[in-house]
Amino acid sequence: MTTTDIGPNTGPRETVRRPSRFLRNLSPKIAMLPLIFTACVVFLGGTLWTVLYSFTKSGLLPRLSWVGLDQYERLWSSRKWIVSIENLALYGICSLIGTLVIGFTLAALLDRKIRGEAVFRSIFLYPFALSFIVTGLVWQWILNPELGLQNVVREWGWTSFTFDPLNNPEIVMFGLLIAGLWQGTGLIMCIMLAGLRGIDEDIWKAARVDGIGTVKTYIRVIIPMMRPVFVTSLVLIAAGIVKLYDLVVAQTSGGPGISSEVPAKYVMTAMFGGQNLGQGFAASSMMLLMVVIILIPWAYLEFGGKKHG
Amino acid sequence: MKLSKILLSGAAICAATSAGAVDLEVMHWWTSGGEANAVSKLAEAWDATGNTWVDGAIAGGGDTARPIMVSRIIGGDPPAAFQFNHGRQAEELIDAGLLLDLTEVAEANNWKEIINPPSLLDACTIDGKIYCAPVNIHSWQWMWLSSAAYEKAGVPVPANWSEFMETAPKLQEAGITPLAMGGQSWQQNGAFGVMAVALGGVDAWTKVNEGKDAEAVMGPEYTKVFEAYGAAREMAKGLNVQDWNQATSAVIEGTAGAQIMGDWAQGEFALAGKVAGTDYECLPGLGETGVLSTGGDAFYFPVNSDADITAGQKELAALLVSPEVQVSFNSAKGSLPIRGDVDLTTVNECTQKGLDLLKDGKTIPDAASLLSPDTTTQLNDLLTEFWNTPAMTPAEVQQQYADIIASAD
Amino acid sequence: MADTGMLNAAAAVTQPLRGTLAAGPRGPKPKNKFSRSNIIIYGTLFVVALYYALPLYVMIVTSLKGLPEIRMGNIFAPPLEVTFQPWVKAWQEACTGINCDGLSRGFWNSVRILIPSVILSVAIASVNGYALSMWKFKGSEVFFTILMIGAFIPYQVMLYPIVILLREAGLYGSLTGLVLVHVAFGMPINTLLFRNYFASIPEELFKAARVDGAGFWAIFFKIILPMSLPICVVALIIQVTGIWNDFLFGVTYISSPDRYPMTVQLNNIVNSVQGVKEYNVNMAATLLTGLVPLVIYFASGKLFVRGIAAGAVKG
Repeated sequence: MTTTDIGPNTGPRETVRRPSRFLRNLSPKIAMLPLIFTACVVFLGGTLWTVLYSFTKSGLLPRLSWVGLDQYERLWSSRKWIVSIENLALYGICSLIGTLVIGFTLAALLDRKIRGEAVFRSIFLYPFALSFIVTGLVWQWILNPELGLQNVVREWGWTSFTFDPLNNPEIVMFGLLIAGLWQGTGLIMCIMLAGLRGIDEDIWKAARVDGIGTVKTYIRVIIPMMRPVFVTSLVLIAAGIVKLYDLVVAQTSGGPGISSEVPAKYVMTAMFGGQNLGQGFAASSMMLLMVVIILIPWAYLEFGGKKHG
Repeated sequence: MKLSKILLSGAAICAATSAGAVDLEVMHWWTSGGEANAVSKLAEAWDATGNTWVDGAIAGGGDTARPIMVSRIIGGDPPAAFQFNHGRQAEELIDAGLLLDLTEVAEANNWKEIINPPSLLDACTIDGKIYCAPVNIHSWQWMWLSSAAYEKAGVPVPANWSEFMETAPKLQEAGITPLAMGGQSWQQNGAFGVMAVALGGVDAWTKVNEGKDAEAVMGPEYTKVFEAYGAAREMAKGLNVQDWNQATSAVIEGTAGAQIMGDWAQGEFALAGKVAGTDYECLPGLGETGVLSTGGDAFYFPVNSDADITAGQKELAALLVSPEVQVSFNSAKGSLPIRGDVDLTTVNECTQKGLDLLKDGKTIPDAASLLSPDTTTQLNDLLTEFWNTPAMTPAEVQQQYADIIASAD
Repeated sequence: MADTGMLNAAAAVTQPLRGTLAAGPRGPKPKNKFSRSNIIIYGTLFVVALYYALPLYVMIVTSLKGLPEIRMGNIFAPPLEVTFQPWVKAWQEACTGINCDGLSRGFWNSVRILIPSVILSVAIASVNGYALSMWKFKGSEVFFTILMIGAFIPYQVMLYPIVILLREAGLYGSLTGLVLVHVAFGMPINTLLFRNYFASIPEELFKAARVDGAGFWAIFFKIILPMSLPICVVALIIQVTGIWNDFLFGVTYISSPDRYPMTVQLNNIVNSVQGVKEYNVNMAATLLTGLVPLVIYFASGKLFVRGIAAGAVKG
């Protein structure tokens, strides 16, 4: 009796004590299969596929007809591509700073125990829900000198007022920025507001006891505590900037001339307008390369140092 | 030969009738009011044969719809028919054997003789086989002028480009922008094409677009065109609009003198209740050369493993070219029919000018059937940059234009 | 006057909730209602709110005008003659191709796409975040990094590789295929959200459960899931917005016009290249399409804010 009792019990226990490295914690690995599949097959696989076909002269259809680095040579000799990169850098920096500053400031203002917070929050968030095809058109109207703001201000009596950002190549990117911030800051504000709500009331009490001013408390104490919130926001904003496309198409279609072209639009025009998939893939490969150059050091910082937050 | 043709067409009819009713999904980008109305004419005609038209409308033009159509083909679940501009866009699909050979239908219905101008069918033909059914003709070669604007400036409406340039300062004095031009690059490239045909002549234009002759771009005819284009740039200052129809509205309202735009612009005039000949005037070929470019739309039919669908596709192809459908469709859409032996129901003065040119055979192929989309995109980019960069000289743009033509395939 | 009325009403509704949810603002209490800082705060908020509300105002006003009035060109002027015809037309009369039944045609298709996509993507992202923050294994962070790079790929570039993947899996053209695509493309951002949220849950809680012998799934369902309702709402909002407004995937990976989502109709109403643009119908159609995400924002605003709060405190 005793031997038979021990028998069946020890078997499984042994396997529990000495599982192979792979079998230990099998459940999380199974649970992560969708992620692993998506990361490897969809994103990594799709990216490799794209890079592979960027060395071909694929036109309307993807075809393996090799042309070496031709697509990349043409890409970097294209003025439109250079302008696109410059525009993205300018827009990216302004949008990143603008969205973070506005998003945080609005969140901080809403966090001052004000009345009607829900109304303000909804007003700031609603542009996020609307399709850009039409809101882009509305901004086109508002920024149009004959229809929009310039006209109104001139009717008020300030007749020399000039505000025509979409038709001036020098400042057209700022015209886009006005609409871009309008659409994107709401979500970031909400995330920031939530971050602020998570901060302990005691921090504020301590700051007040120490006689630190409100603004100073935000800058010295609160913002450093909100690092993860800023990281999440940063990823969201940056991904939006790199993929910037709809906004430009809806407002300027890259104009005047080529002065508001952006890389994602270059990719789309090459692939679907010019029916030159190879060129589009080369451009998108360069975009991804830039993202990787920025992301990999971040991943090292995030995962390399501390193991658990 | 005659007998075999009759047998073939008989077989086609038999196949269609014996297969019974099929549902054919047709993808296109005709979604505005007039266009949708025109599509419904096609659908009615198809449904009247006992089959069913499944409508797959995707707005936004070729750039939006094309990747969706190509995805469907790559994915192995293509629509039964789809609209493309006839031209070089479908070349690769044909090379890859993905499109149905319609030669049999074309021969049975005598397309070679009835389709006018023949360049339309040529654009559908690769290696002697016919792969598409053209349905309409649209032409770029028009200038639309506002009678009201010229009246306000106190000058007669010009009858050609040089008169237009002479009177332009008078319009500017009256606070009118002489030339309305939308901000999108395809409009600026399209207008350049019209000017090249009108001012550079058909010969030089053909050398450049068909022969890909970069020397011709640097030649005296094209030099004239680039200079005129540079002068036109000055005439367009003061009106900042994006879409072509916003530019057309400026002409309709008389705040701009004229617009170089394809015949689809006439729909805007019609909707605003304007009458050709009194409220607005039209000049094919800018009044300099009376030629019509013949672009337009065609339907292509992806290869399908289902024999019933294949039979249905062929039946539909024949139907699209038939006289009744040509009349009803083109009357609704405001485009010209692809066969000379039919009469449109309502024809205004401008449409009549176009029909006369067609009848006289004064046509050239559309640039889109000669240049690859890739080249067209490069030209779009170049010309829009020139149009919006005052510092860029006609000589500079001419040199870069020649470079693009030299590398075109 | 109307404004303050609305604000008071909103405040009256939110006031009692604040106590029970303990999620109210934690900033220092303002001492005086009319203090200088209060004037600055409200003044700034009103000015900024004007900037945000101006386009909405233009859209609503335009959607209530007739076309001739729009052509007159004053975009800020209220309608001389209010007409609801554009709204009716956008919902049930606008033609897309030969089918003239407006946006209503694709509404239920969109719902059918939305529900499984959102449920599945939130479920998978929550498990991902949980595993990534509490059950790290060798390589898990490499996969996560690859996934984060995926957040930066323009969707259009992936169009054809995904067609090929779906074709090989035999899912091209089906609803299942489309749902999986939405799940895949929503995964990076949502996984990031959940990962940060779960990382802030006190480790002691997790360790105690493990000592008690609870496994991966038991801890997830019994401890983690009940705590993560708020962050689920956050992910829900991001996903509902993205999937509801998606046009490209819906039209590319569904192979029958009868099953196209509503955005295809929206695109067809708004985006015609040739022909007259009916701006009033365009505006009405856009506002109508935006209603579903808007309703979800309003309904879950409170939870939204609490959700992220818990997740974002600590990395």
